[in-house]
Amino acid sequence: ASPLSLKIIAECPVTKARACDLALPHSTVSTPVFMPVGTQGTLKGITVDQLESLGCQICLGNTYHLGMRPGPDLIEKANGLHGFMNWKRNLLTDSGGFQMVSLVELSKVTEEGVQFKSPYDGKEILLTPERSIDIQNSLGSDIMMQLDDVVSSTVKGPRVEEAMHRSIRWLDRCIKANKNPNKQNLFAIIQGGLDAELRKACLDEMTKRDVPGFAIGGLSGGEEKDDFWRMVTLSTDHLPREKPRYLMGVGYAVDLVVCVALGCDMFDCVFPTRTARFGSALVPWGSLQVKQKQYAKDFQPIDPDCQCPTCKNHSRAFLHALFKSDTAAMHHITIHNISYQLTLMRSVRQSIVEGRFPEFIRTFMKRMFPSREQYPGWAVEALASVNVVLE
Amino acid sequence: MAGTRMKLELSHVVQGRSRLGVLKGLGKTGQHSLEVPGCLLYTHFGSVPHLTQDTLHYLNKLPSVTQVTLSNIAEHQDVLEEFKRGFRKFAGLHDTVLYCSLHDPAAACPTGYTTNKTVSVWGSGGRLELTVAKFMALQKTVQPDFYQSMADGETWQTNASRKRVRKSVDRTLAHLDECLLVQQKSQQPQAVAQPGKTPKIDCMAANQMFLCTMQAPPAQSTDRAPQELDGVEMFGVVEGGDILEERIRSARETAKRPVAGFCLDGLQTGSMDQALRTQMITAVAKELPEEKPRLLQGVGRPDEVLACVEAGVDLFESFFPFQVTERGCALCFRFDISPDPERAGRAPPTVLGPNEEEHAAGETQQNGDLDCDDQTQMTCFEMNLKDKRFQDDFRPLMEGCGCYCCKNHQRAYLHHLLVTNELLAGVLLMIHNTSHYQSFFGALREALANDKLDLLKKRVLGDGGRPTERRE
Ligand SMILES: [Zn+2]
Ligand SMILES: [Zn+2]
Repeated sequence: ASPLSLKIIAECPVTKARACDLALPHSTVSTPVFMPVGTQGTLKGITVDQLESLGCQICLGNTYHLGMRPGPDLIEKANGLHGFMNWKRNLLTDSGGFQMVSLVELSKVTEEGVQFKSPYDGKEILLTPERSIDIQNSLGSDIMMQLDDVVSSTVKGPRVEEAMHRSIRWLDRCIKANKNPNKQNLFAIIQGGLDAELRKACLDEMTKRDVPGFAIGGLSGGEEKDDFWRMVTLSTDHLPREKPRYLMGVGYAVDLVVCVALGCDMFDCVFPTRTARFGSALVPWGSLQVKQKQYAKDFQPIDPDCQCPTCKNHSRAFLHALFKSDTAAMHHITIHNISYQLTLMRSVRQSIVEGRFPEFIRTFMKRMFPSREQYPGWAVEALASVNVVLE
Repeated sequence: MAGTRMKLELSHVVQGRSRLGVLKGLGKTGQHSLEVPGCLLYTHFGSVPHLTQDTLHYLNKLPSVTQVTLSNIAEHQDVLEEFKRGFRKFAGLHDTVLYCSLHDPAAACPTGYTTNKTVSVWGSGGRLELTVAKFMALQKTVQPDFYQSMADGETWQTNASRKRVRKSVDRTLAHLDECLLVQQKSQQPQAVAQPGKTPKIDCMAANQMFLCTMQAPPAQSTDRAPQELDGVEMFGVVEGGDILEERIRSARETAKRPVAGFCLDGLQTGSMDQALRTQMITAVAKELPEEKPRLLQGVGRPDEVLACVEAGVDLFESFFPFQVTERGCALCFRFDISPDPERAGRAPPTVLGPNEEEHAAGETQQNGDLDCDDQTQMTCFEMNLKDKRFQDDFRPLMEGCGCYCCKNHQRAYLHHLLVTNELLAGVLLMIHNTSHYQSFFGALREALANDKLDLLKKRVLGDGGRPTERRE
């Protein structure tokens, strides 16, 4: 049996949303959940204690970066990524393939794996499904991702189909390569681009495998939002109810709320932490650019209703000024943004448990957009598809 | 003035110079105190570099006094004026005593910009010129518990002539008198409002930026004046470059004024060697009253701190751990002299073999070699965690250190954070370095209390002999 169990606590009677307790080796995660991304074994200047006290139960590490520096052998010696960064709760690692395709120019995909030149020493490196799992076994993450053949979501034609079939073959190789099936969960990644037929075929094949969870991949890469939500909802329609569903790379508040309604449980995105560096604070009405002059004499907290340490201690005006003096200003915004994401997901879960998720969505949208006319069309449509009509 | 509430109670004076005691009566109600020799909490705009209030409080012993500098604050004067409730509340600081100095001790300050009436500070937006009026207006918006009086302290960088040094002493005394006048007025609001008693200098008008005009204050300023500087105390600044007579004159004259303490300026690391610095401080200390604290600006290296304490200094700025952090280093010098290792907070190394430790110490000492001229250069009191040898070193930064970083993380992790340019490196190093530096001051006080300063010096400086020892 895989080291994971999913207990469904509540299902929304209107939408496809659900609230679950996802028991993983290091702790139980309440879903829907947002997972902050700690690329290099650290989360943008935030200590593990701060992350814990914000209520984070699971965060991400990037296999590509960690595999390069400090390398899997060293991390294994440090008792895995948990030991290396001293994080007591759960970790999810990606396969490393996505970074290679997106960051490294000279990458080439063959049946064997992804071939690329190391940006550090120029050496040719081949990342195979076996190697990816090998590295992730060394990292010791609670959830590992299969190596998939990533194609940009805007690419069309036979390459998409090839990638889908290859991802299935690679899944089988990954399953076989996993040395720690009793300690580490391996998730499959549904591919198929924006083609419903291909997605469906991929879903049919992959759900035949006994993997502990599924990710919806190949989306949030610049495709039309209309295509995006249709692929998400198609995927959740065919994924097994009793296994967790992870929508990769999604982190904007509206996307999160809509995709929970479409039946997704887990999300990750670098956006909240990346945007913090530029002084962009996430708030229920969108975002607030702390560095803008209009906040120089604004003595309110970023969000008066926010309970995070930043909002309890500091004003917009102070943070605005601090940006000119010290990097700690970024830490304040990062803390706030992670808190915002985690709090949003907790509220979503609470409303599902209490059977008022559709009402939650309506209130959320009203707060996020100044008027009904500004609701994004795709979100209105997507929500309507799960019986939530926005007035 | 209504008599300074701040008072230094000395419990022990070694050889008539090194002073051990407690600085009492700090804060608006006098409830805070600070042990001396001690150091202040170094900040950028009230924020300890890299740290938030959360991570700052991982440190279990924080200095009770936080230092802010006008170089950070001056460009935000209009904001603080609108805020009205002082910098401490504005910055969301913890319950701390606030000290406001002119310059940031860790930032280079270009010379050639002082005039008879003004000094300049450099903030993120460039240079800001301060008159006494503007300087005092700033203090009113900052509302510190005590502050450094305005001073012309740029002689040290200019290889100054005797004439220039004398001018800096004169100017600084003149600034002090003007500051005191403004301060006294703001503490006696009735006197200002009385007809026929036109004050000579108007420094009340907070918006009046650049010139200290000789005219009566605008009417509206009187209703703001009363509390603004009430209970706020001033430190006079002793200048005099490297000229002994000017140092003595500056100290003597400043001591005549109703100041709560003294800033010793122009003795920064890089401006002179320790032998000359010791000579200057020793001469100055003789002129200063026993019961008032002496704060030395711009000196932070442990060997220099020890020598300056021996010469009679009480307080230091803690920018040194910040500088060490910025170059990716961790303080690792030893200062445990207590026979009981647990009391000293430094259990003997258990994981580490004695040879390894010596090897490590040897390497860092070679690197350091006490270069006085370059503050950005690594010293022998720290280790460079970017060094490849720490790549697979799973020990804490320092065995036995009880700080958050050492309790939770390993050298290999810090090395990784540094080579990948991750922000957490600065956070963790700042925690360790600040904690280590605080503990060093604790050990220093303990050594003074037990007459073991020589033993501490040996421990800190090593037996190889350092400038301070060679002199004796
Ligand atoms: Zn907040
Ligand atoms: Zn430490």
